[in-house]
Amino acid sequence: MNNLKRQLLAGPYLLWMAGFVLLPVIVILYYAFTTTSGHFTLLNVSSIFASIHVKSLILSLKLALICTGICLILSYPLAMILNNMKTNSQSFIVFIFILPMWMNFMLRILAWKLLLSNNGVINTFLAALGLPGLDVLNTPSAVVFCMVYDFLPFMILPIYNAMARIQEDIIEAAKDLGAGNITIFFRIIVPLTMPGVVSGITMVFVPALTSFAISDLLGGGKVLLIGNVIEQAFMQEYNWNLGSGLSLVLMIFVIASMALMSSKGEEGGAGVW
Amino acid sequence: MSKRLIDLQHITKSFDGQTVLDDLNLYIRENEFLTLLGPSGCGKTTTLRIIGGFETPDQGHVIFDGKDITALSPNQRQLNTVFQKYALFPHMSIAENIAFGLKIKKKPKSYIDDKIKYALKLVNLDGFEKRRMESLSGGQQQRIAIARAIVNEPKVLLLDEPLGALDLKLRQDMQYELIRLKNELGITFIYVTHDQEEALTMSDTIVVMNQGYIQQIGTPEDIYNEPTNAFVADFIGESNIIDGIMLKDRLVKVLDVNFPCVDEGFGVQTPVDVVIRPEDVELVAPEQGMLEGDVTSLIFKGVHWEIEVMANGYEWLVQTTQMHPVGSHVGIKVDPFNIQIMNKPESSDEKAVESDE
Amino acid sequence: MVKKSFQRIYLFFIFLFLYLPILVLIILSFNNSKTRVQWGGFTLKWYQGLFSSSSIMTAFGTTLFISLASALIATFLGTLAALGIDAMKKRNQAIMIGAANIPLLNADIVTGISMMLLFVRFTRLGMSTVLLAHITFNIPYVILNVLPKLKQSSRTTYEAALDLGATPWQAFFKILWPQIRPGVFSGFLMAMTMSLDDFSVTYFTKGAGINTLSTMIYTEMRKGIRPEMYALSTILFLLAFVLLLFMNFGPSARKEKNEL
Repeated sequence: MNNLKRQLLAGPYLLWMAGFVLLPVIVILYYAFTTTSGHFTLLNVSSIFASIHVKSLILSLKLALICTGICLILSYPLAMILNNMKTNSQSFIVFIFILPMWMNFMLRILAWKLLLSNNGVINTFLAALGLPGLDVLNTPSAVVFCMVYDFLPFMILPIYNAMARIQEDIIEAAKDLGAGNITIFFRIIVPLTMPGVVSGITMVFVPALTSFAISDLLGGGKVLLIGNVIEQAFMQEYNWNLGSGLSLVLMIFVIASMALMSSKGEEGGAGVW
Repeated sequence: MSKRLIDLQHITKSFDGQTVLDDLNLYIRENEFLTLLGPSGCGKTTTLRIIGGFETPDQGHVIFDGKDITALSPNQRQLNTVFQKYALFPHMSIAENIAFGLKIKKKPKSYIDDKIKYALKLVNLDGFEKRRMESLSGGQQQRIAIARAIVNEPKVLLLDEPLGALDLKLRQDMQYELIRLKNELGITFIYVTHDQEEALTMSDTIVVMNQGYIQQIGTPEDIYNEPTNAFVADFIGESNIIDGIMLKDRLVKVLDVNFPCVDEGFGVQTPVDVVIRPEDVELVAPEQGMLEGDVTSLIFKGVHWEIEVMANGYEWLVQTTQMHPVGSHVGIKVDPFNIQIMNKPESSDEKAVESDE
Repeated sequence: MVKKSFQRIYLFFIFLFLYLPILVLIILSFNNSKTRVQWGGFTLKWYQGLFSSSSIMTAFGTTLFISLASALIATFLGTLAALGIDAMKKRNQAIMIGAANIPLLNADIVTGISMMLLFVRFTRLGMSTVLLAHITFNIPYVILNVLPKLKQSSRTTYEAALDLGATPWQAFFKILWPQIRPGVFSGFLMAMTMSLDDFSVTYFTKGAGINTLSTMIYTEMRKGIRPEMYALSTILFLLAFVLLLFMNFGPSARKEKNEL
């Protein structure tokens, strides 16, 4: 009885979620499958196959994959090094590595724009050394650079947490049974940190795939990601039906990639041998 | 007697400037069930970890089968450990856990499968191969941890308080299992515990440790009946430890009463510790006792009564099968053979040992 | 030894990668020169410009108001929800937690657009719609911070309090609340951080009239960069530094560590 009453405390939350999460999705579905005059159509959704849209979707997937890959390669050794520092300063060093994440998202983009622009800091430095300048601003490379910078902490933290949870006696038990460092790494540490890796990949891949601000500001209008296409459909062309159709496709991609990752995560837990 | 398998020579180890082991010397014979017994912080686990290779001693050597293995890492040693919290690999099935060591040694699959079957049978868990770790109880996990260690056919099995997390009944069952296992496998067990009953039940040899020093090495009978100092006497079982004066050979004065005893060679008028086990105190009619007192408490313990008697300013702990109600006046009698005389601690270290308890 | 120095070098490079951009912003905020790469002497004029710019200060005020208000309301609703969810059966709990995860995992751009589409049907976009949107994506952070604390505080302590004669209200405030308070607090801070940092959702739900810092910087950057932005960056970075330092090493964090 008491329990039932207590469950009702979740009521306002449920109403709120229904009103501001579920209902909006229904509205997007409505726009996605209707014309401006309100008739049913599949054109908005199928327009993803228009060559310009396919191109931007592929570019988005490509950049998101590269960004996720770089983040993973950078983060895994970093998490290991941080975890192995069994000193009092450990928590402070972890703090140092998550602090930049707290800088405003837009200002982090601004910083990279300054560094990468043609008469920016990096090129001035290279010129002073007599080296040729980089011409990366307004290219996909600049966008990837900034994405990695923005999303790196999302990869570091879950991997570091998974690693910190591995009990020391598990490692000792493996050593006791004759495992060398390489065996311990591949058969104990990697499988046990898999859940962290999976959630890191999800947390980097999804925002990288759907971002539009970074490409807009560092791509100079030349790097058109699927996010930019959607944003322009809404804010410049005022074609809400098309925008909704493409958003729906993007949503499906996000859900699919997460489903894929979560099934991978479960696999990673089991068949290690 | 069988040969010495492990020899610990002058082992010293300190953590953060605090000495945990100080010039420890100990040998372990082949096929022996040796228990390191002592309160927490006595250095027993550190000793085990040095044998296992998880700690390197600051000074001293670990000799295994005639070879110095002090510098070898755990994966290069021919011994296996059963960890206190089991340390099973959570991402592997039971069979994979047990197979871990054998796969590293690149044993053929059929050999590994046979070994898994054999080991599971040995720990009474036939058919558990495919089960997941979470579905096991604590006692079952501990058996898997033992199986995982013994399939590698180590010469020595190190056990670090393996029964510490189990409840009383299960712990007693597992004690017998471990004895049976040791006899079937015919290998050396080095066992760490703070539970004196566990040590007395299972061991061939008990090493009582405190504050980094070995207090006494001996068979369970030796340790129980002839403790060498008050610490051992107090730690192993319950005891009446009373200040006494050795008047001359075979006569000690305790609580102003002269007790005949069987000990010699302590000198004349020497202060000593007198140890009398509670089951060795006889309660008789007041006029028949060597001293008289009143019963202050009475507790039924199943096989016997536990009685406290106030006599000559000391509260005697007595275990007897006869009931004496609280308030009754009784006499106390002790057989000379049951009086154990021990020297008072001399060094400050030994004093620390006493005050610690 | 080699391994150790390799590790140091690796840490150093990641550190450089993370902090070089911020360092450049900080240096430029004191640079008395129009061009970005030449040092024209030390100045505080960009800071003066920053504080006298009404558009920046208004955006700053809006950001602060929205993040505080949305975090407060989300903390209230989220804590209630967590209490309710905790009382549910295992299976229903899983559904609820799954539902709470949707807005966390969904793409910001889709969240923003879908809410915009709903809001424009009923009202004009403005401060209130941004606030509603922020509350929506903040609630899950609170729930996910409070629920584990509720799970840790065993139900028996609450029932023990009832058994000892406390009313349900007394039992809640004297027994349950002290145990979940750290989770509520961290949920609030997390919600505030997410709100402060948000760009995409705000961008789509704000309408023409108002700006938060994120959307304002975005608009500014499309036009070109004003040096006042460097000053703003420096101040916000220091603010984040102090706040995070306090959260990690302040009195409440220390207390929590001791409890463990």
